[in-house]
Amino acid sequence: MSSSSRRARRQRAPLVWALPAVVVAFLFHYAAVAAGGWYAFTDWNGLTAPNYVGLANFRAILTNPDAVGALVNTLSLAIGFVIATNVIGLVLALVLNARLRSRFFLRSLFFAPVAISSLAIGYVWQFILEAQGPLNTLLGFVGLQSFQRVWTADPFFSLWSVWLVMVWQFAGLCMAFYLAGLQSIPVELNEAAAVDGASSWRRFRRITFPLLAPAATISISVTTILGLRAFDQVMSLTRGGPGYASETLTTQIYKQTFVFGNFGYGAAFALVLTFLVLAVSGAQILVLRARENRL
Amino acid sequence: MGQHRYTLKTYGLELLLLGLAALWCVPFYYLSIVAVKPDMEVFTAPMSFPSEVRWDNFSRAWEGTAGVSLGTALANSIIVTVGSVALLIFFGSLTAYVISRNRQRLAGWLYTFFVVGIILPYQLAVVPLFSSMRSLGLVGNQIGLIVLYTGLFLPMAVFLYSGFVRALPVDYEEAAEVDGATRSRIFFRIVFPLLRPITATVAVMTGLLIWNDFFMQLIFLSGSQSPTLPVAIYGFVGEFTARWNMVFAAVLVSLVPILGFYLVAQRQLIQGFTGGVKS
Repeated sequence: MSSSSRRARRQRAPLVWALPAVVVAFLFHYAAVAAGGWYAFTDWNGLTAPNYVGLANFRAILTNPDAVGALVNTLSLAIGFVIATNVIGLVLALVLNARLRSRFFLRSLFFAPVAISSLAIGYVWQFILEAQGPLNTLLGFVGLQSFQRVWTADPFFSLWSVWLVMVWQFAGLCMAFYLAGLQSIPVELNEAAAVDGASSWRRFRRITFPLLAPAATISISVTTILGLRAFDQVMSLTRGGPGYASETLTTQIYKQTFVFGNFGYGAAFALVLTFLVLAVSGAQILVLRARENRL
Repeated sequence: MGQHRYTLKTYGLELLLLGLAALWCVPFYYLSIVAVKPDMEVFTAPMSFPSEVRWDNFSRAWEGTAGVSLGTALANSIIVTVGSVALLIFFGSLTAYVISRNRQRLAGWLYTFFVVGIILPYQLAVVPLFSSMRSLGLVGNQIGLIVLYTGLFLPMAVFLYSGFVRALPVDYEEAAEVDGATRSRIFFRIVFPLLRPITATVAVMTGLLIWNDFFMQLIFLSGSQSPTLPVAIYGFVGEFTARWNMVFAAVLVSLVPILGFYLVAQRQLIQGFTGGVKS
């Protein structure tokens, strides 16, 4: 490229046109995150001037069993969610990548819940899981009365009700990631291996599965963030209850800050969540990228 | 893999998957039948098919509660979503064009600046955003939410547009330049129309995320007389405790526009989500 056309291009796109967006992104992301990080070390109540209190908010979180419970719930929910959605999504993608006549219809059906409001969906599931709801009716019908319970009000199962609904909603998203990955694998590779007499399981182990690494990186990272940020489904299914049994970090951020007015304490929860998201997704990207590079 | 015969095994697999799909549809099934049940039947026979279809559940849900009608909420959701998406398309495309076509080192840094913006979590930003927007009078109204969503999703819009602009040949722009077109004319008349596929993806992606978002709307609109759909539905459930037919009628009304939209735009939506897999 000649230097004159390069100069012309530079003039065509003056950087100053980007200024409004840069200012907005700076304020809404960088400045707001920095301010939020600072509030986490104050006793701010949202009205009067904040006072610096050092690590007091974090000490309060670590010594409060309910707050630690919210942290543990968030981690269990996220881990369970990532495993279930990715396993189901991968299986759906493998089955729906080829052969089946209804594959296009089934793909849009399994992806449909992704497009829908998590809050609205949570209410439908609350009905399904309630005392006289369809699930308990079914359990009674097949003679498993001892398993009947109000699932969303059960100290153990309330969190896993949230998990179930989230998995139902987002397994289709993982399916779409893995389908996109499968479609980027050259058909010739599998054909050549088949000609050489490799069994279909061996072809999956040695060709398909390793080449899905980029899709897995994205799918696992996205579901991890969705899992760690769980909010809508908790609010519509359990509102964090019974007691604190299904509280998550995000519901605590909301309640502490906007219901109880503990802006500083709420910001401390947000900072914990932020570190969790950054640490987990950073570690994942390093590990998964390393796996991609080894291939 | 040319030998894709439709064997008995494939047939079995197909039936298995259709069975799983039917199981996946159970929530939609209950949503539809309960929404048209008569009031008493919700308690006496919650599972059964409705003995009579009560279409007036929809009109009763539409009227809403506490002076907030579902129609108002629907209109508010449309205003917020359309307003934010329009601003995101304008600033996103312009900014991505500028930083992708510019060869100064600063342009590369700006790209990184936006990408990092996507990763920074909004949960930490929400407390200071709420307090500063409250002092500017931007809490409790649609304008505040439009400003908020534009700010929050701008890095994502810039990122999506940048990938597309980079792959776009410069020939048209150079030809227009030779013809003496001004810089703004080149962008709006030549470049922007060429961006149509990615504009569709950006609109569908951000539109859906904004339409369905509950966290921000709950915080910025709680107690407001002009709620959006998720906030209104949240309020309905508090009001209509256990009156599932009313709740489901309202939920169904809120889902119909999205399901219709999904049927039309699912390709862009899936592309928007999975675009990163191929690169």
